[in-house]
Amino acid sequence: MSHKKEVTVKLYSIMNRIRTVEEKIAELYPEQEMRCPVHLCIGQEAAEAGSCAALNDDDYVISGHRSHGHYLAKGGDLKAMLAEIYGKETGCAGGKGGSMHLIDLNVGFIGAAPIVGSTIPIGVGVAFASKLKKENRVMMIFLGDGVAEAGVFHESLNLAQLWNLPVIFVCENNLYSVYSPMHVRQPDTRRIVDLAAAHGMDSHYADGNDVEVVYQLTSDAVKKCRNGQGPVFIEFSTYRWREHCGPNFDNDIGYRTEDEYQVWRKRDPVALFRSKLINDYKFDESEIVKIEHDFKDQVNDAVKFAKESPFPDSSNAELHIYA
Amino acid sequence: MTRKIKYFEALREAQYQCMEADKDVYIMGLGVPDPKGIFGTTTGMQEKFGADRVMDIPLAENTMTGVAIGSALKGMRPILTHQRVDFALLSMEQIINQAAKWHYMFHGLHKIPMVIRMIIGRGWGQGPQHSQSLQSLFAHIPGLKVIMPTTAYDAKGLLISAIEDDNPVISLEYRWLYGISDSVPEEMYRVPIGKARVLEEGKDITIVATSYMTLESLRAREMLQERGVNAEVIDLRTLRPMDTETIINSVKKTGRLVVADTGHKMFGVSAEVLAVVLENTFERLLNKPSRVALPDYPAPTSPALCDDYYPRAGHIAAAALEQLGKAVDDKLFALPTDRRLDQPDSKFEGPF
Repeated sequence: MSHKKEVTVKLYSIMNRIRTVEEKIAELYPEQEMRCPVHLCIGQEAAEAGSCAALNDDDYVISGHRSHGHYLAKGGDLKAMLAEIYGKETGCAGGKGGSMHLIDLNVGFIGAAPIVGSTIPIGVGVAFASKLKKENRVMMIFLGDGVAEAGVFHESLNLAQLWNLPVIFVCENNLYSVYSPMHVRQPDTRRIVDLAAAHGMDSHYADGNDVEVVYQLTSDAVKKCRNGQGPVFIEFSTYRWREHCGPNFDNDIGYRTEDEYQVWRKRDPVALFRSKLINDYKFDESEIVKIEHDFKDQVNDAVKFAKESPFPDSSNAELHIYA
Repeated sequence: MTRKIKYFEALREAQYQCMEADKDVYIMGLGVPDPKGIFGTTTGMQEKFGADRVMDIPLAENTMTGVAIGSALKGMRPILTHQRVDFALLSMEQIINQAAKWHYMFHGLHKIPMVIRMIIGRGWGQGPQHSQSLQSLFAHIPGLKVIMPTTAYDAKGLLISAIEDDNPVISLEYRWLYGISDSVPEEMYRVPIGKARVLEEGKDITIVATSYMTLESLRAREMLQERGVNAEVIDLRTLRPMDTETIINSVKKTGRLVVADTGHKMFGVSAEVLAVVLENTFERLLNKPSRVALPDYPAPTSPALCDDYYPRAGHIAAAALEQLGKAVDDKLFALPTDRRLDQPDSKFEGPF
C-alpha cells in the first residue's frame, strides 16, 4: 500500500471507529446500564481523527469532558473504555472515573477531566517535563470553544509560548457551550484563533470537518514542535450533532434550529470522506465495507466484554486515595 | 552535626539537599530567584542549580499549579511556592479537582509527587488578604496531605518528607516562625508526615496546637505551671493525615482539652480536633473542651484592631484554668514590655 493510501485508510478507519462507538453508545444508553453522563462527539470525528493521526504512538494527548473521540483516535483500548463507562472493574480507571475520566497510558492518552480548561495546564506541564527530559514527544491538548473564555486558557497559552513548549492546542469550535451559543459568550469582533495569535503563537483556522485538511495542518504542527519551534494553535470549526450530554438529538428544544443542524449534517465528515475515497481515490467500496464491518464486530465484542465484566468490589472505593 | 539555624534557613536547607539528592526536584514560584528569595528560603538556589530547576513564573497561579501537576505525572517533583496562602487561592481548582484527585480517579495509574509551599499568618500589618490561615480548606480534601511545621527542626524534616512523598503535600508556614532558631542537624533527615509531637508532657490538661499557636501554648504552659497546673502540649505538625491516636491517648490521660489553632474557630481545625476527641473518648472528659482560635471575621490591618483579634498564651491558659475551676487572673493578659502585640519580637520590622 502506498503511503498516501495508508494514511487515507487510517484516517477513515479512525473516523469510522469513533462514529461506530458513539452510535453504539447512543443506541444502548437508554438501557440505563451506563450510569454516568456521556458527551458524544458525533459530527466532530474529522477534527479528532485527523489531529491524532498526525501523532506518533508515544506522543501525548490530554482531553476534557468530550473525550471519547480523542481516546479512540489515539488508539485507546476500546474494551477498557466501554467497561469504564459501564462502571466495571475492567474499566480503564477501574470504575472510578466513568466516561469523563478515560485514560490509556500505553498509547500516551494521559487522561481526561471534565472541568473545562483544567487539563490544558496539565498538558503543558507534561510537555514541559518531556522537553526537559529531551524526549522529543509532542503534547496535543484538545479543548473546546468555551475554554477561550476561561483564564486558564490564556495563562496556559502565555506560558507555552514563553517556554517554547512542544504543544499543539487543538480547539474544536462546535459553536455551543452546553446550550449557550457563541454570541452570548464571546464578541464577534474576533475569532478564538486570534486570541492565540495575540499570545504570539503560530495560529491557524480551518474546516474541522475535512479530515485531510485537519491531518495536513496538524502534521505540519507536529513537525514544528519536533523541531523545537514551539507551540501551535489550531481552531477547527465543527458541530456536535447530538445533545451536550446524552444520546439524543435536541434540535427541538429551542437553543438551536433544525435548519442549522441540517446544514452541518450535509457536511458529515465521515460520509464526505467516504464518498471521496470512492469517487476521487477510486477505492473499491467493498474495501470500505470490510473496514466498517470488522470494526462493528469489535464494538459488539467490546460491549459484550463490558456488560459481562464484574462490577468492582465496593471496597475498591477506598483504594488509591494516597500513593 | 547539629547547630542553631532559623526556620527559613531550615526550609532552604531542606530544598537544597533534596535538589542535590534528586535531579527531578525543581522549584518554581513568583519571586523564587529574586533577591529576597521567598523570605530567604530560596536565595542562592538558582545560582547553584540553574534556571532550569529554580524558576520564576508568570502571575498565573492556577495554570502553574497545573503545570506542576503535569510535570509530576512525568516523574518530576515540583516545589511550587506562594508568598502568601491568599495568592494560592487562585489555584484552588487545580489543587482540589486535579492534584488531589488524579491518583484516585485514574485508579492509581498516576502519581502526583508535588509540594506547594504557602506562607500563612501575620507579618507586618498584612491585613485581610495577606495574613490568612486557611489550613482547614486544604485539610478538608482527601488526597492532599497538609503539614504545618512549627520548629526549624520540623520545618526541615517535614519538608524533606513532603518532597520525597508521592502525593501532593501542602506546606503551611507561619510567617512569624521564619526568624525563630532551633537545633537542626546538618544532614538530611525526615520527620514523618502524620505524626504529632508531644512537646511537653503533663497530667492535668491537654493542649493541642498548630503552628505558631504551639509557641503560645508553650508560654501558656509556663503560666499554668506557675498556677499549679501541669499541661501537656502537643504540636499537631500534620493536619492530614491527622495523628488522632496521640491526641486521644493524651486526653484519656488528662481528661481535659484545649485546642489552639492559628485559623478561624468556625469549621476550623479546632472543631475537627474536638470532634475526634468527643467521638473517641467522650467518657474520659472531665469537663467540656475549649477552643482558642481566630474570631469569626476577617483579619484587620491596624495594630489597634489586631490586638484583640489574635489570641495569645493568656487566652489558652485562661481556657485551661476555667476547665479546672481555677481563677483567671489579669496577669495572664499582661502586655509584653519589649514589643507591640503586632510583632513576634522586638526585632521584627516591616514592610512584610
